[in-house]
Amino acid sequence: MILMAGGVGPCRFGYYGEVQREILRDLGYDVQFLLLEAPKTHPRQLWERIHSIFPRNTLSDLIRALRLAWLKVAALDRVDRLANRIRPLEIQPGLTTSLQQKFYRRLDEATLEAEIRRTLRQACLELESVTLRQHEPDLRIMLVGEIYMVLEPRVNFAIEQTLGEMGVAVDRTIYLSDWIRDQLVFSIIRPDWDRQWRQMAKPYLHNFVGGHGLETVAHTVEAGVNRFDGVIQLAPFTCMPEIVAMQVLPTVSRELSIPVLSIIIDEHSAEAGVQTRLEAFIDLLRQKKRKASGGNSSCKLISVLT
Amino acid sequence: MQAYLGIDVGSVSTNLVLLNQRGELLRKLYLRSQGNPVGSVQEGLSRLGSEFPDLTIAGVGTTGSGRQLIGKMVGADLIKNEITAHAVACLNLEPTVQTIIEIGGQDSKLILIRDGVVYDFAMNTVCAAGTGSFLDQQAARLSIGIEELGMRAAQGRHPVRIAGRCAVFAESDMIHKQQMGHKLEDILAGLCRALVRNFLGNLGKGKELKAPVIFQGGVAANLGIRQAFEEALNCPLVIPEHFDVMGAVGAALLARDEMLACKSSSKFKGLKLLMEPVATQSFDCEGCSNQCEVVEMRQSGLLVACIGDKCGKWSQRANSRSQEPETQVG
Repeated sequence: MILMAGGVGPCRFGYYGEVQREILRDLGYDVQFLLLEAPKTHPRQLWERIHSIFPRNTLSDLIRALRLAWLKVAALDRVDRLANRIRPLEIQPGLTTSLQQKFYRRLDEATLEAEIRRTLRQACLELESVTLRQHEPDLRIMLVGEIYMVLEPRVNFAIEQTLGEMGVAVDRTIYLSDWIRDQLVFSIIRPDWDRQWRQMAKPYLHNFVGGHGLETVAHTVEAGVNRFDGVIQLAPFTCMPEIVAMQVLPTVSRELSIPVLSIIIDEHSAEAGVQTRLEAFIDLLRQKKRKASGGNSSCKLISVLT
Repeated sequence: MQAYLGIDVGSVSTNLVLLNQRGELLRKLYLRSQGNPVGSVQEGLSRLGSEFPDLTIAGVGTTGSGRQLIGKMVGADLIKNEITAHAVACLNLEPTVQTIIEIGGQDSKLILIRDGVVYDFAMNTVCAAGTGSFLDQQAARLSIGIEELGMRAAQGRHPVRIAGRCAVFAESDMIHKQQMGHKLEDILAGLCRALVRNFLGNLGKGKELKAPVIFQGGVAANLGIRQAFEEALNCPLVIPEHFDVMGAVGAALLARDEMLACKSSSKFKGLKLLMEPVATQSFDCEGCSNQCEVVEMRQSGLLVACIGDKCGKWSQRANSRSQEPETQVG
């Protein structure tokens, strides 16, 4: 039994579940696939699909399981947000990340609501007691792009951690809990939830291009308006929505004078290459900032890595 | 003699430079890495050591794709990415530069400078078409020297059309043109144009390339590519005297600034110590689900450095040991 997220719309992600089912069948594996996607007509459809796979479980079992899953996802996102605020200021390098890892392990083991709440409370307390430097981080960067690349540290070379440990404050734009709320739950009742993103992106991109293409543009505009120091876009190799966004971003970057770095990730992306680009981008932003604040702009640079 | 050492460990070449206090170049070495960065750095250091018996190193900077490994090995005061290093070297030479084109063994870079700071940059992503390695390969296939390839390309009067988007297709295009009976000069000139087109298309993408333009990296030696760039950009290129080692120059300049700023003594381990054989070994850490590939570097049996772990478990261990050399014995 394989559970996979699906999708409707121009992004080809929705097709992956079907392709993988076919591949596994050709290889002789008989596995069931449950594709999680917003039902087109009625929420009952989703339940019927799940029920056909787990005939012995009742609707209330499902609701309890969903509740637990939701609590875990929400707890995860809260700790990640907090960790991103604390990491650039930590005095002992790596402490925030190790607390975060500990929390992940505990959360994974928790099976009861009370346990999840306790784990979350404890992790927040531990993170808040990390000794911090007194000054604010000198750079603020917004992370935009395709959801999986942005969410999964194994794929994006732990970019939030890397940047945080360079002393940069990172704002991630996509969290799993937001995605579930917006894409799975609210799309059933269809409010104009994404109207604000459409408005923000409108001067540069009018159409929904699938995936997170529109959001990427909108968040870059947002970062420019809110005077962020830079934007990093993460895109999987050959991802159509992000490629559309990538063509639009230079204009946004120029008009709102916000530097943008696009990183395309595929299985060959060596860590060294990504690291080089990140370091160079951070150097660029620091030089720019120093110049803007009237400082000495000669080739003196702060070394960001030891 | 006091000098600052810059080491650029690239995919194809390992470059070492010595600069004096004023940032002037005393000596440069351009060595082929041949898949053995540690060995080629050792070779370079031993040559510097025998040429300058009274050499004292006041600061060391490393750059290039092997910067972490070599930085740990030599005890670098500064480890810097190659984009910043190249930009610093160029700005030191020509403060008004606005565009830097750098083509090395497997990387090509475009760095845009406005008002003396890096304003934008691009590096080739998944494909190494159009870089030094590919030109090397073609020269070998045609059994001519790499220097000759550039010279003959510059003599082509009627460049043929070659698809430069992909190294494999470019090669089959070239073979096809050869079989059609085109002159080698024209084919090579066409190849250079295609590679320049590829560079400007992939890295230049809508960016404004203003003069003065500096062209550096190993490929800047190639006359054909130079000519094709000048045609495409419609402006003369500035080729620095030491175009092939600019990354190392930048690293040395940055190390000098760092040492002058923090006023401490260099962490350089000394030429003698570095001559001892180095053994590297890699293993998968089983500590967590990350399963990092960790590289361990040992010199005469002692652990010198560990790199590659995400959590710092191994690299910290190596650091704490190298700071207390007494405890290493035994």
